[in-house]
This record gives sequence, structure tokens and C-alpha cells, in this order.
Amino acid sequence: MLRLKKLLKTYKTGDQALKSIDLEIPDGQVLALIGPSGAGKSTMIRCINRLVEPTSGEVWLDDADLTKLSSGGLRQARRQMGMIFQEYALVERLTVMENVLSGRLGYVGFWRSFLRKYPQKDVDEAYRLLDRVGLLAMADKRADELSGGQRQRVGICRALIQDPKLLLVDEPTASLDPKTSRQIMRLICELCAERGLAAIINIHDVALAQMFVSRVVGLRFGAIEFDGTPQELTPDVLTTIYGEEDWEATIEKVEDEEDTEGAAA
Amino acid sequence: MSSATSPELQALMGQKWQRPPKVKRTWLRWTLMIGFAAYLVASYLTIDVNWTRVYEGLDRGAAFVMAFTSPDFTGRAGDIWDGMVESIVMTVAASVVGIAISIPIGLGAARNIAPMPVYLICRGIVAVSRALQEIIVAILLVAIFGFGPLAGFLTLSFATIGFLSKLLAEDIESMDRVQAEAIKASGARWMQWINYGVQPQVMPRLIGLSMYRIDINFRESAILGLVGAGGIGATLNTAFDRYEYDTAAAILIIIIGIVMALEYLSGIIRARVQ
Repeated sequence: MLRLKKLLKTYKTGDQALKSIDLEIPDGQVLALIGPSGAGKSTMIRCINRLVEPTSGEVWLDDADLTKLSSGGLRQARRQMGMIFQEYALVERLTVMENVLSGRLGYVGFWRSFLRKYPQKDVDEAYRLLDRVGLLAMADKRADELSGGQRQRVGICRALIQDPKLLLVDEPTASLDPKTSRQIMRLICELCAERGLAAIINIHDVALAQMFVSRVVGLRFGAIEFDGTPQELTPDVLTTIYGEEDWEATIEKVEDEEDTEGAAA
Repeated sequence: MSSATSPELQALMGQKWQRPPKVKRTWLRWTLMIGFAAYLVASYLTIDVNWTRVYEGLDRGAAFVMAFTSPDFTGRAGDIWDGMVESIVMTVAASVVGIAISIPIGLGAARNIAPMPVYLICRGIVAVSRALQEIIVAILLVAIFGFGPLAGFLTLSFATIGFLSKLLAEDIESMDRVQAEAIKASGARWMQWINYGVQPQVMPRLIGLSMYRIDINFRESAILGLVGAGGIGATLNTAFDRYEYDTAAAILIIIIGIVMALEYLSGIIRARVQ
């Protein structure tokens, strides 16, 4: 469904953020992208919906090469890609409902959005999504009144109301506590499964990635170092991605946590 | 943990610590400081005060100050009222027009949302508007349009554009980029992006600045009358010319009252839009 061909990004400063990335993601697959800070994870996600313009290479979403689209065509394509951000990126001075409905901006005209007169089915869908993530009561609160976990759930609603085929998720848990992090990751993965969405999730927390996804891609210095299942992530593999460290604790911790969760359930 | 102390650390132990000076070269630092002090002394010495003239002037100053104890609101009430109405109309009209024009120019003058050619044009307009002081613009416009409030209205609109566009553009440039990026990622058009991603972030500041500018425009409207651009300033000027200090005092008291009321109002409004 999504294919990256020789995707390359060199910033004006001369930093090579991505070095010829080739990657194919089938329908409905949730993929975790891991790697050290500065490895190009955020750049890769932003090159897909062209918030960052790739220097060269192709990005195919179904039958369209996104890198060749005009600005109008790009807007149409962006509707099919929901994005979830690290610091939630809600517009803080707008209400929760306005933030969710802003996901429909690609579908409604300027005056409708300016006057906040969204089609009834959009409004209904916004309420349904807020109910699904447990924030129905917060609909008319301002976004900056919410806690981190609540904000991220609003961010998820905003991405989903676009009715996307693909979710681009940039460090969804980086500013959340460990428990909320898990809840958010679980929610994202459940929603992807419910709706048959593919997703690319940038994530720092290797253990958390292993817990929820079926495929892990490791990025180092803008190149793919690893592509496989979470079980294949051995200490040796982590060393090639991140550099020398003692990895046993990181990996064992996952199994421990899974055990305790199994026992609790 | 238990490694031996390094020679670098050893050398520093027991040394006094001081913040490194801003200007590294000692001779340059002292030259700059002594030069500045010398300039300051020299410049004060050039101010040439004619003390006998000051002594004679004290009487006139005292008469003016004493007039505030008995301001005459009634003697020229008709003139004061007309001047005040003219000033208020001028202020409101110029502020509305100025703010309306400032918003698109402010958007264009923000480097993070405008393309380079638009940015340069808008920054150019801002620079011209800010370079020309209100009084100079007013003299020019009085020369073109003749005496009266039209020249004052145009002057204040022009000055508002330079002030508000620049500060609005700077607020847009310092906004949170990611919030705006999230709106763009949903496939929004440019106008929708501005309306959802940018406007909510800069609105409190825009309202605060607009209130402040209305306040400035009112005060300026009193000055512009002195060069013939209408408003309460014209009435004030006439009062001075006739040595009617009690009427002048009344006008100044009214101006101070209105400015304070505006200040209070803008405080309330700014607190409410946070």
C-alpha cells in the first residue's frame, strides 16, 4: 500500500537525514520505526506526507507518487494520511471539538470551516470518536485544559476523523508517563486493527514497540539497519542500531511486564 | 568511579573563579569604557543653558501649572466638544482601517508563512511606515489634503500599519510551528490553515496590540492638531495661542481622563482573551 523508493533527504545544512530508503508496507500493517535520536525517523515520516520535502526518491501511496503531486493533489493525498504528533500538536486555544473537526479541513470548504458549520455526519463522527476514546464529556473544553494523555487521545481522534488509510505516528508516547504510554499505544493499535489501517509508529521505547507491533524497522544514520519481527530484536541487533550498551535489561523487562500483565488479567 | 584525579582538575583546584568578560581583549575593554565616559561628559558640556531666560520663563510655567487648579471647561465648551468628537472619530476610523490593512501585511511579513517576494514587499511597507514619523507624515498630508481631520485620519492609519504589522508578524514568527503543521497535515487549504493553525495562536496578542494602538492613536490625535491635522490638538493649539491656559488645562485633563479610561478598558479586555 505504501512504498518508499530510494527516498533521500539532505537538509540545507548538508546533513544527510535519509540515505536512499526502500520500504514497503502492506495494507493494515502496523510498523514500529526505532532508532537513536537524529537517525531520521521524524524526517522519514514527514517526507511521506511532505511536511518535509524529500530531496529525491518516490513515495507511492497505492497508485499515486506523492512526490510528484501539485499542491492541490497533495492536499487530496494528505486527507488519506492521518498524523499523530509527539507533543500532541493540538491547537491549544481551540476547543476539543474544533481540534477534532480540524481533521475534516481537507474535505470542507473555507467558509464552512470558518463559520464552524460542519456537515452533520462529521459532527456525529467526531462525537462517536470522542466517545470511543472516553472524552465525550470534554468536547467543549479548551484543548489546553486537558492532561497529556487526554490530549493525545484528542490527537488520535483528529487523525482518525480524516478517514485515513495510513497513520503516521511520531513519538506518540515521548511526553507521557509509562502507564499512559501503554494505554495510548494500545489504543492506537486497537483502532488500527478495528479499521484495517496501516501505521508507521516512530518510537524511542523499544520495549513498548515490541509489546504492540508485528514488524520493527531500525534506522541508524538515515539508513535501514534492521527489518524484522519484534522477536528478532536481539542485543546484537540493538547494538547495530544504537551502539554498544548492555541490552539484556531492556529486552528482559518486556517479558517481565508481559508476564505480570498476563497474571493480572 | 574511583579513577585518579586528572591533572586538568588538579590545576584548577583552589583557583578563584570569575565570569569571563564580554570583551575579551583588556585594552579594548578599557578603551571602550573610558571612551564612553568621556563622550558622556563632553555631550553634557555642550548643552548650553541660558539661566536668566530660564528665570524669566519660570513665571509663565507657574501660570500654566496654576491653571490646572482652575481649569475652564465651560468657557470654550463648544470648541472642546467639537475637537473631542473629531479626535474620537479620527481615532476610531484610523484604528479600524489601520488594523484591517495590518492583518494581511502582518501575515505577509512573517518569514515562516510568506514566500520570499511577498515577505520582502510587506517588510518594505512596514519599514517605510515606521521610518516616517507621524508628525512628518501629517505635515506632508496636510500639504496634500489641506487642514482638517482627513489628513489626521490618513496619518494615523498609516502609522498603525507600520506598528501593528511588524508586531503581528513577529508574533506569528514565534508561534508554535507544530500546531500549525498538524493542521497542514490534515490537507487544509492555505486560508483554513491560517484560520485554524495560526489565528488562534496570535489572537490574544493581536487584540492586546490593537487596544494599545487605539490608545496611542488617541494620544497622537491630540498632537497632530498642532500641525493642522484636526482634532482636539487644534483646539489645544488655539488655546495656547490665546494664552488661555485654563482652557488648555481643561483639555489636557480630559485627554488624560480618556487615556486612563482606555488603559483600564484594554486591561479588562486583555485579561478576558487570554
